[in-house]
Amino acid sequence: MEHIVIIGNGISGVTAARHIRKNSDKKITIVSAETTYFFSRTALMYVYMGHMKFEHTQPYENWFWEKNRIALKEGFVDNINTKDQQLNFTNGETLTYDTLIIATGSKPNKFGWSGQDLEGVIGMYHKQDLEKLEKLAPDNKACNRAVIVGGGLIGIELAEMLRSRKIPVTFLVREDSFWNGVLPAQESAMLNAHIKEHHIDLRLSTNLKEIKSDKNGRVKSIIIEETGEEIACNIVGLTAGVTPNIAFLKESGIEIGRGVKVNRFLETNISNVYAIGDCAEQHEAIGQRRNIEAVWYTGRMMGETLAQTICGNKTAYKPGHWFNSAKFLDIEYQTYGWVFSEKGKQENEAYFQWQHPTEQKCITISFDKNTQLFLGINTFGIRMRHEIFDKWLTENQPITHVLAHLADANFDPEFYQLHEAEIVAKFNKENNANILLKKKSWKRIFSKTR
Amino acid sequence: MKLIKQLGLIIFLVGLFFFIGTIFTGSFNLKQADLDTFLKEQNYKSTVIKGALESAVVTSEDLNIFEFSSRVTKAYAASNTFYDNRIQKYDAEKNWDKKGAQYQYKISGKPHSLSFTLAKKAGKGFAADNTGFMWFLTFGLGIIGALMFIIPDVVLLGKPGIKNDGIYLSASTNRGWIGWFAFLFLVTFYILLYFYPDFIVNWVYLVDPISKSINGNPASQWFLYGFLYCTVMSVMAVRMYIKYRHNKYQILRTTSVLFFQIVFAFLIPEILVRFEKPWYDFKNAFPLDYDFFFKWNLDELLASGSFGLFILVWGIVLTIVVVPVMVYFFGKRWYCSWVCGCGGLAETLGDPYRQLSSKTLLSWRAERIIVHSVLIFVLVMTGFALYTFFSGSGEVLGIQTQTIQDIYGFLIGAIFAGVIGTGFYPIFGNRVWCRFGCPLAAYLGFIQRFKSKFRITTNGGQCISCGNCSTYCEMGIDVRAYAQKGENIIRSSCVGCGVCAAVCPRGVLKLENGPEDGRINPTEILLGNDVDLMELVQKK
Repeated sequence: MEHIVIIGNGISGVTAARHIRKNSDKKITIVSAETTYFFSRTALMYVYMGHMKFEHTQPYENWFWEKNRIALKEGFVDNINTKDQQLNFTNGETLTYDTLIIATGSKPNKFGWSGQDLEGVIGMYHKQDLEKLEKLAPDNKACNRAVIVGGGLIGIELAEMLRSRKIPVTFLVREDSFWNGVLPAQESAMLNAHIKEHHIDLRLSTNLKEIKSDKNGRVKSIIIEETGEEIACNIVGLTAGVTPNIAFLKESGIEIGRGVKVNRFLETNISNVYAIGDCAEQHEAIGQRRNIEAVWYTGRMMGETLAQTICGNKTAYKPGHWFNSAKFLDIEYQTYGWVFSEKGKQENEAYFQWQHPTEQKCITISFDKNTQLFLGINTFGIRMRHEIFDKWLTENQPITHVLAHLADANFDPEFYQLHEAEIVAKFNKENNANILLKKKSWKRIFSKTR
Repeated sequence: MKLIKQLGLIIFLVGLFFFIGTIFTGSFNLKQADLDTFLKEQNYKSTVIKGALESAVVTSEDLNIFEFSSRVTKAYAASNTFYDNRIQKYDAEKNWDKKGAQYQYKISGKPHSLSFTLAKKAGKGFAADNTGFMWFLTFGLGIIGALMFIIPDVVLLGKPGIKNDGIYLSASTNRGWIGWFAFLFLVTFYILLYFYPDFIVNWVYLVDPISKSINGNPASQWFLYGFLYCTVMSVMAVRMYIKYRHNKYQILRTTSVLFFQIVFAFLIPEILVRFEKPWYDFKNAFPLDYDFFFKWNLDELLASGSFGLFILVWGIVLTIVVVPVMVYFFGKRWYCSWVCGCGGLAETLGDPYRQLSSKTLLSWRAERIIVHSVLIFVLVMTGFALYTFFSGSGEVLGIQTQTIQDIYGFLIGAIFAGVIGTGFYPIFGNRVWCRFGCPLAAYLGFIQRFKSKFRITTNGGQCISCGNCSTYCEMGIDVRAYAQKGENIIRSSCVGCGVCAAVCPRGVLKLENGPEDGRINPTEILLGNDVDLMELVQKK
């Protein structure tokens, strides 16, 4: 029987395993050094915050794996012998495969800062990071201040975590406004204010120079590059992005760049070896996507796709319309289609923006100013229906259609205050248009594109 | 603010201390004249009971409630034993006529309920004589302390939003020692309320003035329970309003259950009593209201003229028309999370414990077996009751209708709904009764599962499997198992509390009533992937 070995039990590897099992009887083994059972990495923060216990982050009960004949192997792969199709573990064990799926995810970036390996310097990625944080920063007596370096999604999550235990946080962000490489200025500015509301000491346009050690090799303080200011702290969180976790592949003959190089079929240069998820790097970008996409959803989609190929239905990875979501402290964020920040947008892209006068809600709709084609939407504090926007993007609807039917797309809980009328009125005023907002229609919501 | 909160906790605990301490106060004995009046009212045929009670409680001794209770129950037992012995004697003599004649002398009723009635007349002491002041020291301090503990959260919790920080780090909400203490307190309370009402007669005194002003009569232990229920719900509703102040669904829902509890379950029935109508809770639908078709209830309703008849018709229409039609349009949440008293307590007092419900497949299996067994039990029992009502025969197939009713009342009505249903909140979550025991929930569940417009819509492919939804589902539904597959959640047990949608960090879940078509949407590949692949896999 063909033996499929998957390195990595994150969302990509587990999704692939589940779908291979659905479609075949092949022998499946998942290898992981981090945990025995699959858990949701995105939920680690809630364990520290006391919203959940670690077991709640596990989407499947422990009996699930045996029942579905998915073997779980604990171990750290030292290297891969692709000739003999064999994995060599650090403890000397070996495992042979017929088909190998590399789904090892990412690891936090370290940019060679002085002191970056001191005790008290942490990432927030692995389960072990959570355990370390629990030990080093159980409360604000043991940890008087934490400094977080890197203004991305993990950085703000780590700040939220620490604040839940009343630990003072200084948040160093390289950009002059939070996440403004991705978000339009309106939204980035709203988040700056929201971060400060949560009593986080946000330092924009600020870089880390070095991390200083006390005499026991523990973090004592950090120095800021621009001002030379020294900030005393017990914890330094490095959250300046992630890179593929592929160091163990160096000698394997598998082609690597920043990640494991794959083609559209997620195949590497070696036959029967595939890579999916955060660690996979497309030779050429798909549409406007990046070559490496370290996102939960894309990892899942690659898993779904590769399982088809392995089960005899050779399928290219062709993700549909881009979507993503996040939560910044109290503000939920969703995006459908492409909205680039002012820094990244093309010449033909224009924004229509609306912001609530008092509450932290806003939207940005990106559209083609020549053709009026709807390109994408960012929403903050308002939930939207994925299916509706996916449909509009497929149908190449103009922005006027989107606005007229905005009520169909709202996904907020019942009885919430709706803002479609104000949004449409603003657009009409700014563009001398005369769009009439249509009432929500179940019929339209459930009509499929094709 | 923190100081106010801590002070509130202390005041609450002082109130609780006085409340518990009140049980042990007061002295109980009867004057000859009072006992005579009592016996006259009761109209016992037993010739023994008078002497037995006289020697037991007509005394100048100051008995505490436990001593009093023990003497009274012994007196009743003595009377019944006396006639039991005679029955045995005549039985042995095969003197059937005389044997049969003895049964009328036996006094029915639970010993502690009989003792309660007598104790209510016999009590003296601080609680009985200073009800107003003692009410303040117990209820008053409890309410003030609790509110002082809760209200500072407006500031302390920070900006509106999800406030679940530290829930699994706290001894009260993570089955720690505080949780176990609360468990012990609640279980003890329900055992006393259902089985030893005489022990808590001092509490009942405290609400006598309120009872008299509403229904014109002194309070019973059930009035005390109703009053306490409304008080606890009101105070804990304030907590809900603060915790979920960003969420209008939660605010409206909390207001609704509070309204139905206070007006429909408490005020209207008590006021009906004042006008000498039957006590009736217009929103309490059969089979949750399991004694609706009992002979004594039907007799009482039929004896109450056109109003009684109205209640009878309404009760039937409520169960077979109103309930299913509403579930079709809105899901069972309209009842369980917006109207029901049990749901009301679960959503207010029980909200801090919602995360403790078990999500395992095993508990889902157990839930289905148990809750549907209770439904069958109540239906069979009602069949018996109706047969008895129409035929006049007290037994069916050789089984006493009364026996079945007693077993249900004890096992399900008292132990399951009360002692376990609420007492176990701090250990097994706040919907223990609704999930495992409520026959009405089982009935509504069938309609919700098979014929309803209600669903929790999963928002395409946005789920990140974090597990907040499952963790905070009070009914123990593994919401994530559906959401992470892109499937809508259609589960018979879902009470539509809306908390899964509230705690979701990615805006994945929405409770809504839409067309039945496409309500159940099994998916293989989630939205966002290759359209051709999605279609290919879906077709298979």
